[in-house]
Amino acid sequence: MENAISVSGLRKSFGSTVALDGLDLSVATGEVHGFLGPNGSGKSTTIRVLLGLMRADKGTVRLLGGDPWRDAASLHRRLAYVPGDVSLWPNLSGGEVIDLLGRLRGGLDQRRRKELIERFDLDPKKKGRTYSKGNRQKVAIVAALASNVELLLLDEPTSGLDPLMEATFQYAIQEEREQGRTVLLSSHILAEVEALCDRVSIIRNGRTVETGTLADLRHLTRTSISAELAGHPNGLSKLENVHDLRIEGNRVQFDVETHSLDEALRSLTSIGVRSLTSQPPTLEELFLRHYTEDAKAGSAS
Amino acid sequence: MTRTLERQGAAHAVSGRGDHLAGTGHLVRLALRRDRVVLPIWVVVLGVMASAGAGSYEALYPTQAERAALTATMGANPSLTLLYGPAFDLSTAGGFAAWRYGAILSLFVALACIFTVTRHTRQEEDTGRQELLSSTVVGRYAALTAAVLVAALGAVLTGVLMAVSLIGVGLPATGSFAFGGSMALTGLVFTGVAAITAQVAEYSRTANGIASAVLGVTFLIRAVGDAAVDASWLSWLSPIGWATQVRAFADERWWVLGLLAVTALALGAIGYRLLPMRDVGMSLIPARPGPPQAASGLRTPFALAWRLQRGVLLGWAVGFAVFGALFGSLAAGVGDLLGDSAQAQQMMARLGGSQSMVDAFLASMAGIMAMIASLYVVQATLRLRAEETAMRVEPLLATRVSRLGLAASHLVFPLAGSAALLAVAGFATGLLHGLRVNDLGGQLPAVLGAAMAQLPAVWLVAGVTAVLLGLLPKLTTAAWAVATLFLLISMFGPVANMSQAVLNVSPFQHIPKLPSAEFTATPLVWLTALAVVLVGVGLAGFRRRDIG
Ligand SMILES: Nc1ncnc2c1ncn2[C@@H]1O[C@H](COP(=O)(O)OP(=O)(O)O)[C@@H](O)[C@H]1O
Ligand SMILES: [Mg+2]
Repeated sequence: MENAISVSGLRKSFGSTVALDGLDLSVATGEVHGFLGPNGSGKSTTIRVLLGLMRADKGTVRLLGGDPWRDAASLHRRLAYVPGDVSLWPNLSGGEVIDLLGRLRGGLDQRRRKELIERFDLDPKKKGRTYSKGNRQKVAIVAALASNVELLLLDEPTSGLDPLMEATFQYAIQEEREQGRTVLLSSHILAEVEALCDRVSIIRNGRTVETGTLADLRHLTRTSISAELAGHPNGLSKLENVHDLRIEGNRVQFDVETHSLDEALRSLTSIGVRSLTSQPPTLEELFLRHYTEDAKAGSAS
Repeated sequence: MTRTLERQGAAHAVSGRGDHLAGTGHLVRLALRRDRVVLPIWVVVLGVMASAGAGSYEALYPTQAERAALTATMGANPSLTLLYGPAFDLSTAGGFAAWRYGAILSLFVALACIFTVTRHTRQEEDTGRQELLSSTVVGRYAALTAAVLVAALGAVLTGVLMAVSLIGVGLPATGSFAFGGSMALTGLVFTGVAAITAQVAEYSRTANGIASAVLGVTFLIRAVGDAAVDASWLSWLSPIGWATQVRAFADERWWVLGLLAVTALALGAIGYRLLPMRDVGMSLIPARPGPPQAASGLRTPFALAWRLQRGVLLGWAVGFAVFGALFGSLAAGVGDLLGDSAQAQQMMARLGGSQSMVDAFLASMAGIMAMIASLYVVQATLRLRAEETAMRVEPLLATRVSRLGLAASHLVFPLAGSAALLAVAGFATGLLHGLRVNDLGGQLPAVLGAAMAQLPAVWLVAGVTAVLLGLLPKLTTAAWAVATLFLLISMFGPVANMSQAVLNVSPFQHIPKLPSAEFTATPLVWLTALAVVLVGVGLAGFRRRDIG
């Protein structure tokens, strides 16, 4: 099946700031795709290009089989967008905003609207500014999820939601997935991505640095091993891809990259293992690694 | 106050007075930085206007006889005092400048102060930035104090520059300072008004709207009081009236300045009293809940634009109807008093056209209404940009709404809305004037036509604004400068003896001065064509540029 989104070599700069620097992204139809990256890495800019709100400097962008810049209005009938920073019209009530956006998209599922308003515990009578940030976010989420569309573009949709609403949101996205909708979810909340996403793309400085299923990505991370051995752990430091090695008598502790796990365990067993604990790799570690590298690169430049 | 004291103050925010002002200095600097272009512009433009007019007085009225005639004809004319206030002494350059510029300049100084106060108080709250600032070491009254200080600084600098520049063209220092002082203090009075409306209103737009309406009403009260011989006490109810009653260059009455100062302080004090009665971001008038569902009509970008723009348009329409009716009811008075004096004819000719005094007066009113309508045009066109910077355009363009559709739904307001405003003003003027001279059938269409003939010039301002919106979105505020420039050139250029080349810059200069002059279609056609091209270029730019 054709990809709902395929972006390759996307470049976009604002004056001297390079926001996107050869970004690649492909989202298969029907999948929930996590879009991750530190602040200012270009997530919102990518989504704006996908919406035809900004024109790419270079690269190819296809969205639902069309060109988002040229075919903007016709493609927009088939998608819904939740901006990262929702700003509502001060003199319109939340209910009015939901209806207006739904109608402008080409229709609203009234049953789903009612159900979502209840589930998100939203008061549709309040006006723009009297909503808190989280509640403004909910208005945009309800407006998007109650529309009959194929694709959802969500830019950090849960920023400002409390944990209870976060759970409600995750449940609603699961329902969307079951309906066969495609979702691009830019997010900072790793638990949310782990719970929802089939595949993930991580970007940094406007470039894609990792992409794949969660299982694929876990392979890129390190497992922490701590073991008590039968003899002195010689030779471990010669192993490649072992980090933060600490030796205290016969006790040893280190992190090893997943693809070298086999080799590392073999050299442990050759000495003789008395006890062993291993900590599985977490997505968090992977992010932290990319984020801190980003910070280092940032401070170096 | 030292930094350590400020910190302690914030920690025990409940007690003490000084704490409430903590951080004011930082906020003043922030406001000055944000206004570093706008503030100097209005100070300089308003500051030198009167002296430019005073400078050309000698050239225009060289002889004693001409000056005496000027006082005799203009000074007592109710239709002119309606607009400019009473003329106390037109036999000197200073007296002439104070009369010709005083009332109008005080309006602009007041508007500048209103917008400055609102911009740094209510608008900061609207955008949520105030919340961020309030969470730092900033006292409760700091934002209001900083805004008032910056507006006051602008008003005082304008007044000082007025005085200095008037002295510079050789006028007596006493009168110059009285004039500058009356202008600065009028600015302070409306700084006080804005300090109140910022607390009362729910949004910055409303705060500016209410304060501007107060200004309009005070101008109206003064106008009626000055024009109607038996109700001159009315002028004493209006701060704009006091400003003229200072009588700069005509045996100054200094105590009137005290009246303005006391009023400014009293209004400011009310603003400070009201402030603690509400929460940050909220208003004294609480927001009413809205409908849980949208009306079935709210389904197009135009329906939304109408929702957003209708209040402002309605407010302007009411203002135009009131002022149109006032001008209409007093127009016939011009002829009664001026008679056929050659000097008066010449004077009126500079204001509006030639021939009949009444027609010239009507023509100049049509021009003034159009110039004021062009300010509405800028406001209405830039609403789309305001929506864009508030991030409310993105979600709309992420639906099937096209860029052209969205832009068109807003541009309807400057284009058709300005036509409606001129029609309202022309109709009100023509109706009252027609009734007074018992010639409704002849006067109403003539006056309405004179107002509508101005439309191409107003549209040209819409075109310029649209181009900025489409091609240079970061510079859209320049549209205000362009509209103000056109207005100042056409309103004061002829009196200040500006060269024809400069006068020609303003589109209003090219409109036939109906009903006193002959109708010529040519300028209307090319102005309209130019406006159409500019709007087209603006739309094309908006279609192609990045949003946000
Ligand atoms: N309209 C704009 N003008 C100038 N720079 C921008 C604009 N939008 C984004 N940027 C810059 O582009 C980079 C990427 O921003 P963004 O896409 O918002 O990142 P993210 O959403 O991942 O936090 C940042 O450095 C940001 O400052
Ligand atoms: Mg973002």
